[in-house]
Amino acid sequence: MDISVAFLLELGLILVVLSVLGSWARRWTFSPVPLYLLTGLALGDGGFAQVPEAEEFVVVGASIGVVLLLLALGLEFSVAEFAASMRRHVPSAGVDALLNALPGAAAGWLLGLNGVGVLALAGATYISSSGIVARLLNDLRRLGNRETPAVLAVLVLEDFAMAAYLPPLAVLAAGGARWQAALGTLVAVVALAAAFTGSYRWGRQVSRAVVHPEAEQSMLRVLGLTLVVAALAEAVHVSAAVGAFLVGLTLTGEAADRARAVMEPLRDLFAAVFFVAIGLSVTLSAMLPLLPAAAALAAVTAATKIATGWYAASRDGVARRGRLRAGTVLMIRGEFSIIIVGLAASQDPRLVPLVSAYVLLLALTGPLLTRFFAGAPLPPRRDGRKTPGQPPADSRRARDR
Amino acid sequence: MDVNEVLLPGVGLRYEFVNEDGDRIGVVARRTGDFEVVLYGEGDPDEARPVFRLTGDEAETLSQILGAPRIAERFADLTREVPGLNAGQIEVLPGSPYAGRPLGDSRARTLTGASIVAVVRGEEVIASPGPERMLHAGDVLVAIGTAEGIIGVERLFQG
Repeated sequence: MDISVAFLLELGLILVVLSVLGSWARRWTFSPVPLYLLTGLALGDGGFAQVPEAEEFVVVGASIGVVLLLLALGLEFSVAEFAASMRRHVPSAGVDALLNALPGAAAGWLLGLNGVGVLALAGATYISSSGIVARLLNDLRRLGNRETPAVLAVLVLEDFAMAAYLPPLAVLAAGGARWQAALGTLVAVVALAAAFTGSYRWGRQVSRAVVHPEAEQSMLRVLGLTLVVAALAEAVHVSAAVGAFLVGLTLTGEAADRARAVMEPLRDLFAAVFFVAIGLSVTLSAMLPLLPAAAALAAVTAATKIATGWYAASRDGVARRGRLRAGTVLMIRGEFSIIIVGLAASQDPRLVPLVSAYVLLLALTGPLLTRFFAGAPLPPRRDGRKTPGQPPADSRRARDR
Repeated sequence: MDVNEVLLPGVGLRYEFVNEDGDRIGVVARRTGDFEVVLYGEGDPDEARPVFRLTGDEAETLSQILGAPRIAERFADLTREVPGLNAGQIEVLPGSPYAGRPLGDSRARTLTGASIVAVVRGEEVIASPGPERMLHAGDVLVAIGTAEGIIGVERLFQG
């Protein structure tokens, strides 16, 4: 076996650069995603350095990255949490979809994209980055805040909307007819229903088939199963990403917890490779002319997301500052906007550079804005008794002691 | 005391209560097993002020510190009222002859005169266990009786 020195060196250097950027981003509670994109951009054609040997691996790794990102999205999903979010936040989800997909669709129409391109751009502006937002809420110590359940509910419902949105988009982007797209959606919905009833009835058996006390065995089983289903989905033009998403949805309960734990390091590696690959596929000369359009779109959809968060948080009885916090944290778009345009990349050469610039802008400014609106730290507490506030509307009494 | 529970989709649960001093205290229990304890400010009741974070192990330790004396204290109050009555805690060790057998098999009250009034199993307290109650290694038995009776129960469960 020949070992390519150049390949190992290039890949190693890329990972070192990513780790340095990643730790820097973490220190400033930024997301590393835009920095990974910038790294790819710097390495691509017309960038600072070239990586001819590692490029092939990065491109292959990117397809695994998409598969693992969507597997993780599916694994996050729980029926109970979905049902709880549905009960309170269906209107929020409606406001979210309407306010945020329409600007994307309008921008696509103004840019003269075809129907599938418009659909893809609408999806890219609609979906917030659940990964970045959830992490940011943790880093900014906002998990205990009263607006947080509303933010998380909006994210859960967006993720669920992806189950209905991705299959037809993937089929249409692959050049399928409308009836094929409808069929693709139907297949996805049937698979989803089958997966839910299956995991409800035979959850124990499914867990046993996938979960193994040894991490290595669990990892190989989950990865193998996911890649096979992804390949089958790709073969029938439903896209590997959608196949992996369905696998994630099928695994629930214990199996999902275990799969999440064993897949996390792999997902982090290949997701980073995926963002670098997207950056690589974009050239600066293609992105710069689209920067004004991306900035305008980012400004409009930042405002609409703030409105969405404002509305969702107000449904939970949260006051103004909390509503602003909810809105500004939701405005961050990230990995899924990129995945969506990745699916529809062949529709128009402007799509990927446009959305890359758009995600760069929002993923960089979003964390800054939301920290700004969190305001100064609270004043030191005064002594003496305080009047307790009312319990929030979304809570129920757990127990009397 | 009222404890409110709020679902945090994808993250876990948040518990909330108001203490004697009027502080509104929140505990975020994450799916990963970590905990975060927060305090709600007076100015903005929506905003949580972080107090501290705990890993699963640390939370376990804290709950033992907070929970353990309460059980012993309650029995101490009871035994103080009746002269000659004592309470003791006896752990069922893995090598105990009654680990994995029903409580009745030990014939503890017949042999020692002391009564086993509770079985503490992790966070669960089984009050007045019946003779058919299965004992596991790691259970802690709460016995009430004379000082000799309690020593007798200890011997019995050591085997």
